[in-house]
Amino acid sequence: MNPEASTQQLSYIANQASDARVNIELETEGMTLNLGPQHPATHGTLRIIVRLDGEQVVSAEPVMGYMHRGYEKLTEVRTYPQVTTLVNRIDWLGSFANEVPFILAAERLMEVEAPPRAQWIRTALFELSRIANVVLFLGDMAVQLGATTPVFYAFRDREFVLNQIESVTGGRFHPNFDRIGGIKDDLPKGWIQETKDVLARIHSFCEEMQDLVVGNEIFQTRTRGIGIIPADIGLAYGLSGANIRSSGVDWDLRRDGGVGLIHDQLDWKVWTHPDGDSFARYWVRLQEVRESCKMVGQILDGIPSGPIMAKVPRIIKVPPGEAYVETENPLGVMGYYIVSKGDLVPYRVKIRSASFNNVSITPWVLKGVYVPDVISILASLYFILGDIDR
Amino acid sequence: MTVFNLAIELAYWQQTVIRSILGLVAVLLPAGTLVYLYLFKMMSFMQSRLGPMEAGPYGSLQLLAEVGKFLQKEDLFPRTADRVVFKAAPFVVLASTFLLVLVLPAGPDAWFINIDTGVFFALAVSSISVIGILMAGWGSASKYSLIGGLRAAGQLVAYELPLVLAVMGVVIQAGTLNVQEIVLAQANGEIFGWGGIGNPFLITQFLGFMIFLVAVQAELTQPPFDMPVAESEIVTGYLTEYTGMRFLLFFIGEFATAGIFSALAATFFLGGWYIPGLDPTDNLFNLIGPLVLVGKMLFVSFLIFWFRFTYPRFREDQLQQLAWKVLVPLSLVNIVATGVLKVVF
Repeated sequence: MNPEASTQQLSYIANQASDARVNIELETEGMTLNLGPQHPATHGTLRIIVRLDGEQVVSAEPVMGYMHRGYEKLTEVRTYPQVTTLVNRIDWLGSFANEVPFILAAERLMEVEAPPRAQWIRTALFELSRIANVVLFLGDMAVQLGATTPVFYAFRDREFVLNQIESVTGGRFHPNFDRIGGIKDDLPKGWIQETKDVLARIHSFCEEMQDLVVGNEIFQTRTRGIGIIPADIGLAYGLSGANIRSSGVDWDLRRDGGVGLIHDQLDWKVWTHPDGDSFARYWVRLQEVRESCKMVGQILDGIPSGPIMAKVPRIIKVPPGEAYVETENPLGVMGYYIVSKGDLVPYRVKIRSASFNNVSITPWVLKGVYVPDVISILASLYFILGDIDR
Repeated sequence: MTVFNLAIELAYWQQTVIRSILGLVAVLLPAGTLVYLYLFKMMSFMQSRLGPMEAGPYGSLQLLAEVGKFLQKEDLFPRTADRVVFKAAPFVVLASTFLLVLVLPAGPDAWFINIDTGVFFALAVSSISVIGILMAGWGSASKYSLIGGLRAAGQLVAYELPLVLAVMGVVIQAGTLNVQEIVLAQANGEIFGWGGIGNPFLITQFLGFMIFLVAVQAELTQPPFDMPVAESEIVTGYLTEYTGMRFLLFFIGEFATAGIFSALAATFFLGGWYIPGLDPTDNLFNLIGPLVLVGKMLFVSFLIFWFRFTYPRFREDQLQQLAWKVLVPLSLVNIVATGVLKVVF
């Protein structure tokens, strides 16, 4: 070994060693933070184990199941009409929408179809429950970002929608109103005019949110470019609803599904957003509330007369077979897979709820973001705990 | 030195008692007023609800009910907490508030201390609360508290600078660091030879006033700068583990500091205890001066709380950017412009 080379080697080794020492000295200790199960931002009992480096998330892992109520198993000991009472409680903010796909699946197995008036009323209530659900999101997202006021406006105006649902179904949160072959009751007197007033209110609420939240510079800096989900990643994780539409995927089961609701007879638009960030998710949902108002308005104008129940036997026995029906619920795609052996009760029911998939993307999307953004991303993904755990 | 121009001479201990009582009043009265008027009522009306209505007429006794509730609660400590630091933290925060109120003049002779470095003193003691907050964050032995405490420390240190620099314009224009003389400079000032309303520095130092308000908002850790106590992320930051009396002390400290900073803003920019049309040396001002100051304080704190209830919060790095890239350069420009114009006119 010549002396020159060894000097070079030595200086190289010294450099390496000093670099390594700097790296060791600057390295910070990781910290594990448990967001939840009891945490103000999870509104329910979702737990997210976050590994932090400073304020940056190294890895995030959602832990679900704190609210598992075993609905899939419970349906096996309930008759078909009794199941709607159970599934009401899955997504408790848009309860009526949970009943619809189950009833549609049962109707498909029994080969009955609801009369037109029942279908129109069903669609109206379906969209009203979407409004009641998403309006609360529009306020809640702002409260997660620290603006306390919008959520009170949301609660105030949602109240009117719930009143309308209550005056038809008798239940504010858990209508239990959909029946195989139709609906339970007809509309009460004066309901159509009252609902039009409520729609005008919701419309002005949307304008208010447009000014107060979407137009706010701080809200935009907090949400634009945060939590970007590309379309292919979103599809791979099985996102649905507004979450995938805000990634630019033009897919809405109300338009593309063709199940027994009458969305295809209405004039409306599926909104998408190319960005896929938290802002896009908020914006798309805001547009969807507007579209839902438009739809309910058209339904109120064009509702046909006629019976509200098809001919179904008094004791409902569903013929053997299996059916899977999914609809575009407020939180995303919700599907019921029913296997019947010809009994009074379903043999097996599998519920595909939207929030479970929507939350499953958190390990991917939370990686590398800051702690404050964890909250804004979680809020914008919009999950209901009952819809995750069932 | 007496607080008011009393005809009788008081012994030192009597003066001390009177000053202590008045100091307590000066801290607790703004805090209570702000909590009831703005946190309970204005916030409720903005959010289309009524707020407290049951305790007393229009819920006016709700404050007593709240204090009673906090006093009844158990004084809890986390098991691994650093007990001494944990216990002392709220008192350190409150001490900063009590020291801050001392420099506020409420009339020509109604003051606690009248020192030539008043502005310097005020800005210096306002920094003490950072230590208390860091103590609370560290002593709680909770991750949420630690994150909140460190965020608070970073934020308060960052916004200290625009706060000081915004006041520098006032100091240059008044030519003194004495708070009382700043008020008199506004009272005796003239706008291009017209002395009808004095010369409130709000007109000449409008930029400084805006920077001061923004920096105060951040010093108080209120939305849109409430990242240290962001309740949807880190529960309530450094307050997470506090209950009962100690939480109440933090709470009083927060709102009393809001009131005192508003009063400071009113003193620096709106003319303090002076209202136009009267001679500033009039003995009457010793009586109505405090009321005028409270009135102006309520106006400034109305602005602060209006922002508080309207805006979402900035992220930590975004609010640091706002401080260093926007507010500090703007206030430096303000100082230079003030200096140049002072020499020219």
